[in-house]
Amino acid sequence: MLRLANPNRFMQWSGKLLPWCAIATVILLGVGTYMALFVAPPDYQQGESVRIMYIHVPSAMMSTFVYAVMAVSSAVALIWRHPVADIAARESAPLGAGFTLLCLVTGSLWGKPMWGAWWVWDARLTSELVLFFLYLGYIALVNAFDEPTRGARAGAILALVGVINLPIIKFSVDWWNTLHQPESIFRLGGPTIAPSMLWPLLIMVLGFAAFFVTLLLLRMRSALMAAKLRAIRLQQIEAA
Amino acid sequence: MSPFLRLVGRDLRLALRQGGDAAMVVGFFVLTVVLFPFGVGPEPELLQRIAAGIVWVTALLAALLSLERLFQSDYEDGSLEVMALLPLPLEAQVLAKCLAHWLVTGLPLTLTAPLLGLLLHLDTAGYPALIASMAIGTPILSLLGAVGAALTLGARKGGVLLSLLVLPLYIPVLIFGVAAIEAEIGGFGARPHLLLLAAFLVLAVGMVPFAAAAALRQALE
Amino acid sequence: MDSLDHFLSMGGYARFVWPAYALAVIVLAGFAIEGVVTYRKNRRELDAVEKKRR
Repeated sequence: MLRLANPNRFMQWSGKLLPWCAIATVILLGVGTYMALFVAPPDYQQGESVRIMYIHVPSAMMSTFVYAVMAVSSAVALIWRHPVADIAARESAPLGAGFTLLCLVTGSLWGKPMWGAWWVWDARLTSELVLFFLYLGYIALVNAFDEPTRGARAGAILALVGVINLPIIKFSVDWWNTLHQPESIFRLGGPTIAPSMLWPLLIMVLGFAAFFVTLLLLRMRSALMAAKLRAIRLQQIEAA
Repeated sequence: MSPFLRLVGRDLRLALRQGGDAAMVVGFFVLTVVLFPFGVGPEPELLQRIAAGIVWVTALLAALLSLERLFQSDYEDGSLEVMALLPLPLEAQVLAKCLAHWLVTGLPLTLTAPLLGLLLHLDTAGYPALIASMAIGTPILSLLGAVGAALTLGARKGGVLLSLLVLPLYIPVLIFGVAAIEAEIGGFGARPHLLLLAAFLVLAVGMVPFAAAAALRQALE
Repeated sequence: MDSLDHFLSMGGYARFVWPAYALAVIVLAGFAIEGVVTYRKNRRELDAVEKKRR
């Protein structure tokens, strides 16, 4: 595992894997979008607006999944001081923030016809909003230092603090939400799903996941090359 | 006197000598709460309805104010590097600094809160819960804040960054602090909420020192 | 053409469904394009520097 994470090794295997990930992403997202728009039936209560779910639910799942990836990478980075893990955490964050934003806006677009308002303090949407702020805080902290390693180290600690806090925040927001019972009957991403809707949803989720893996590999390779470039230029300055 | 208490004493003396840390925090707290009736109107029913929320939200902001300096001056004058070499573990020193910080911010906030409740027509039944929830909740604010303060040492725009990092983490304290007061007023009893807050406090005391000390060590590297 | 109209109207929810899909395309394509552009730029610069070093 650690041998695979050596920067040079990583460049080798990620270079081979990347095209396959990209192809999988294109196929899964293509098929998923087609099924979501043409094959899946309209919901008997929500009508055609249920098609927003095929974007909302995958981005919601990815928003938490990416945070988990960030937390695991941060733990590896802190324990083994591994540069590739640092880069994985740092490059995940903007993608996670993007998924979270997508989840928030699609939730709002779905909420307007269903709840009659652009924003309802629904437990899930509210947790998602807090998660968005956690991502922004992480990104701001990582970029706030002149020395990149300092930012990565501080970010890793923050990601771990965040991952311990996330369940507590989720629990608090759910509790708060039941205290102030909302009047709406529709729950975002309700518990029961017909099989005809499950398949498109599943494929979209896989498509989003494949997209994340592809972009993460691409961004990590970019960041490693940029780091190498910096090191070479520094050497040249010192030699001169 | 134990080294732990000596450190608390040192921070308290420093805070008192520089003067007005506690007074500034309390001043901000009172002034911001006083702004609300101007913003929403002076109707007693409305103010009574939102009193608990206003007092708690403002307390969060006030606690945030003095956080930036928790480690900043020690970091800049080099005391932090000496502290890292002391026989007392850095984790314990973080706890000591948090305790000192709470004594000059959280405690005065807790003592002022009933007065502000009075201004906002808080229901009489809510006062014990207000004091209790502030007494249990404000130490959590100091502890979580210490992690943020340690992480942002030496960062560009540290102050704004610190609020961005710490405020989302304060949400559970806010929720259960307000819920305790409103449950007491509603006749359900504040006990379960206060117990949950206490559980958060225990968790924070157990985990924050390690996170904050790790952050301090990497700041010193 | 009727069926196309029917499809585009999304049962009256066009105002909500299409912006959601449009935003998804913008976000995903934005990440993809930004990723590829920086990747190519870094690759080019790194190749140039390494060639000079040899």
